[in-house]
Amino acid sequence: MKRIVKKHPLAIRWFHWINFPVIAIMIWSGLLIYWANDVYRIGWGETTILKFFPDSFNKALNLPFRLAEGMSFHFVFMWLFAINGLLYVLYLIFSGEWRLIFPNKKSLKESILVILHDLHLRKGLPPQKKYNAAQRIAYTGVIVLGLGSLITGIAIYKPVQFKIICALLGGYEWARAEHFILTILFSLFFVVHIVQVILAGWNNFRAMVAGFEVMKPAAMAPHAEESEDTLQDPVLPQPNSVNI
Amino acid sequence: MSIGNEKLVSEKEIKTRTIRSFVIFFLLITAAVFGWKWLNKQPEDNGIPKPLRAVLNTNESLFRQVIFDENNLSKVYPTAVAIPKVRVNGEYGMGDNFDAATWKLQVVRSAGDTLLITLDEIKALPKTAIVFDFKCIEGWSQVTHWAGVKFSDFVTHFKLSEQAASQYAGLITPDKEYYVGIDRKSMMHSQTILCYEMNGKPLPMDQGYPLRLIIPVKYGIKHLKRIGTISFSNQRPPDYWFERGYDYYAGL
Repeated sequence: MKRIVKKHPLAIRWFHWINFPVIAIMIWSGLLIYWANDVYRIGWGETTILKFFPDSFNKALNLPFRLAEGMSFHFVFMWLFAINGLLYVLYLIFSGEWRLIFPNKKSLKESILVILHDLHLRKGLPPQKKYNAAQRIAYTGVIVLGLGSLITGIAIYKPVQFKIICALLGGYEWARAEHFILTILFSLFFVVHIVQVILAGWNNFRAMVAGFEVMKPAAMAPHAEESEDTLQDPVLPQPNSVNI
Repeated sequence: MSIGNEKLVSEKEIKTRTIRSFVIFFLLITAAVFGWKWLNKQPEDNGIPKPLRAVLNTNESLFRQVIFDENNLSKVYPTAVAIPKVRVNGEYGMGDNFDAATWKLQVVRSAGDTLLITLDEIKALPKTAIVFDFKCIEGWSQVTHWAGVKFSDFVTHFKLSEQAASQYAGLITPDKEYYVGIDRKSMMHSQTILCYEMNGKPLPMDQGYPLRLIIPVKYGIKHLKRIGTISFSNQRPPDYWFERGYDYYAGL
């Protein structure tokens, strides 16, 4: 016999796996659009450290001369992105799951300990519930990124009808730059997320598909076998240390 | 993880539940892949798969009929902000065989009844100037300075109100190479002008001399250069970039 624990509710798994291809399509079609005026870079004056994007990148992803196609996909899948994101946030609020995801008072301090731990500079983790402090900040941050993408996107899409939003973002040109930066941040989140999921391993990944996670035997209370309902320790054993 | 959700189960049950979940997971992935392939294989409607076009048309209905408000104006700037060197984008409809001396604006009042208007007649109407952020569908924008007659003033003066009540206006260059269709509310918007001046001087040839459209509630593709003919219709008039996969509305 093994002890399993319900980790991700079905709704969250649906939101997560719908979001994945939808965001992929939004970023891809966004790249097709961005190519038509690819002016952003990291650098100063005549010096460019990194051009967004190098020609090799554009060629490898077959981005050039596909603006119309990019816009059509972007303005179709934007609805799925917005609706799925909105339902996810509403679900978090009404199910109470937000308590497990939104950062609390301790999260900032604890997230540093988590990062030190993940970098093998420190042993042991602060007690956590479903997510550790760094995860809380990352997963709430990505909601903020999504909301930011939506708002900056609306400002570029209809800058006259939503001129107040556009003005608050610093104007049309700034809104476009912000939309781009948010996309880069999304992509960085994605890279870190994938690395962490690989490091966390199968048990953690399975939870996002099947919903449950198998607890480590060592973490079970001494008489766990017969005392399922007498578990009193509110601090749960850690199924995994790096389960982003 | 709340404590109440813990459960003791057999290895076998874990295995069964895992397999069941992943079978569903892979079926859904397969469905998504086939859905994506299906979407991209659909017959095209003006350059893009039909289902995409259907959603773009729905977006148009939403923005044209619900969200668009004629009181929402494109942001205007002081004249000093306007840049002197205005970008020239798009040569379509700017053929070399254009004869400026004989040009007259043609306005189709009804089939077989076309009004001919000279540039001087247009210049005699009240002049409206605008300095705004011209937005290209490619993603760049420029603060530029234009002047001409408001389209709504033009309609009133030439007694075209009945025609202009149609759902769309269609504009075509004299050589018929470039053409756009524009919805009524955008056309009658207070910032939409039939423009004959840029930066206080007559329009340069490559900016559509003698008369072009400036319509700040639309992307640049709709600001047709060198207007030959204007007509009105309740059906969408032909539109050059719409036929090449772009959104018909292209509104801002």
